[in-house]
Amino acid sequence: MGKKTLRFENAPVIFSSASVVGKKEKEGPLSDYFDMHDPSDKFGLKTFEQAESEMQRTALNLALSKAKARPEDIEAVFAGDLMNQCTGSSYGLASFGIPYFGLYGACSTAAEGLMLSAMTVDRGVFLTAAAVSSSHNSSAERQFRFPLEYGSQRPPTAQWTATAAAAFLIGRKEDGRKGCAAITEALPGRIVDKGITDANNMGAAMAPAAADTLLRYFIDEGHLPSDFDLIVTGDLGHEGHSICKELLSSEGLELGDIFSDCGIMLYDAKKQDTHSGGSGCGCSASVTAGYIMKGFADGKFKNVLLIGTGALMSPSSVQQGLSIAGIGHLVHLTSVS
Amino acid sequence: MNRSNAEYKKYADSHAKPSPIVANCIKAFFIGGIICTLGQLLFLVYSGLGMAENNARALVSVSLIFLAVLLTGLDLFDNIAKVGGAGTLVPITGFANAVVSPAIDTKAEGWILGVGAKLFTIAGPVILYGTLASVIYGVVYYIVTLVMGMI
Repeated sequence: MGKKTLRFENAPVIFSSASVVGKKEKEGPLSDYFDMHDPSDKFGLKTFEQAESEMQRTALNLALSKAKARPEDIEAVFAGDLMNQCTGSSYGLASFGIPYFGLYGACSTAAEGLMLSAMTVDRGVFLTAAAVSSSHNSSAERQFRFPLEYGSQRPPTAQWTATAAAAFLIGRKEDGRKGCAAITEALPGRIVDKGITDANNMGAAMAPAAADTLLRYFIDEGHLPSDFDLIVTGDLGHEGHSICKELLSSEGLELGDIFSDCGIMLYDAKKQDTHSGGSGCGCSASVTAGYIMKGFADGKFKNVLLIGTGALMSPSSVQQGLSIAGIGHLVHLTSVS
Repeated sequence: MNRSNAEYKKYADSHAKPSPIVANCIKAFFIGGIICTLGQLLFLVYSGLGMAENNARALVSVSLIFLAVLLTGLDLFDNIAKVGGAGTLVPITGFANAVVSPAIDTKAEGWILGVGAKLFTIAGPVILYGTLASVIYGVVYYIVTLVMGMI
């Protein structure tokens, strides 16, 4: 079954990270973990698309300044967003002059960027790399659904695209210090299509892909869930996460209370009217850069599994009735001692 | 995991929490009712001011469109519609919102390729098929009256 987990012998470290969020995310349960927010969601710019680029720019600048690093110190950046042709990333990162790779992994982009950064740094291709990703609720709504002010109702399974961006700086083991997280393993996801056509139920479309990756990791390779402090998908939402749990149970894999989801964690399900929870490249990115990295810094986490899950579709593919495939990229984060 | 796609789709559908249809219908009933009552009130006011019935009716529509457009511009309409559903969609307020919301949304892409091209993205199908339906209705009406006249 599939290719085995990649092990990074040189354990590249995330030596800096930063997150930038919008108003709703700042009002959520993880409020204190984010570095910056803008209550207007526009970040001083005219359009939401430009605002999304600005969020990437700000996140990378913050991550660089936290590490007292300059853009010249970073040898490559792997970045992605939800907008057509990845313009959120290309406009946002143009001014840095860092060699750039544009990614499209939908909500899995953060995990994909971390994985590619770790692979290249581990093998010495680059000494340092950055992984940046973003999503903006307003730019995504415009592209994937309706005009922002159009009065429509969303079904309970619909997810809320997060207005969030995050940047991670990945370097060699020597760049790390106590409280950092190292990327010790990664398992690239496979495209899994179980025939879901409803764009308002992306959780159900992505759940089998997340389950596929988790089953390959735990059942086929025999890793133990008890070795982890947190196993987090990002972002299946309430609907997809519950389906994923049931799919894993039916294969005999119980992950218990440590199994959660970034889309569930980002918003208050009772108060924030986000239906099935958060989604978008920025959701798992900001939860990882904010909450999970803080957990490593505080010594709360020793081992965390992030499974970035993406729904691989476009507005045209949905309108043409094609099914929505999912993908789940797994990254194993270990504390640096 | 070994389910076929059809089985999985069935399972996902049964797993999904359905929309609260009864509660939605009740909310739509009352919010739609409030809009219609407001229309009736406006009609009485305009008639009371001595306006002819035809003009008063036209002005009611214009007033409701104005209100819907204003509330859309103030970022309030979508919040009402989220609760009201078809109650706000079916009256003329919904149509006004469907035209104005893309106009606001696409301003950044310019007056021609933005507002001009995208203004009717939501209302377009309503206009097209509404016109088509009225043509069919007209033809049916013509034939029926012709047949009735012959009897």
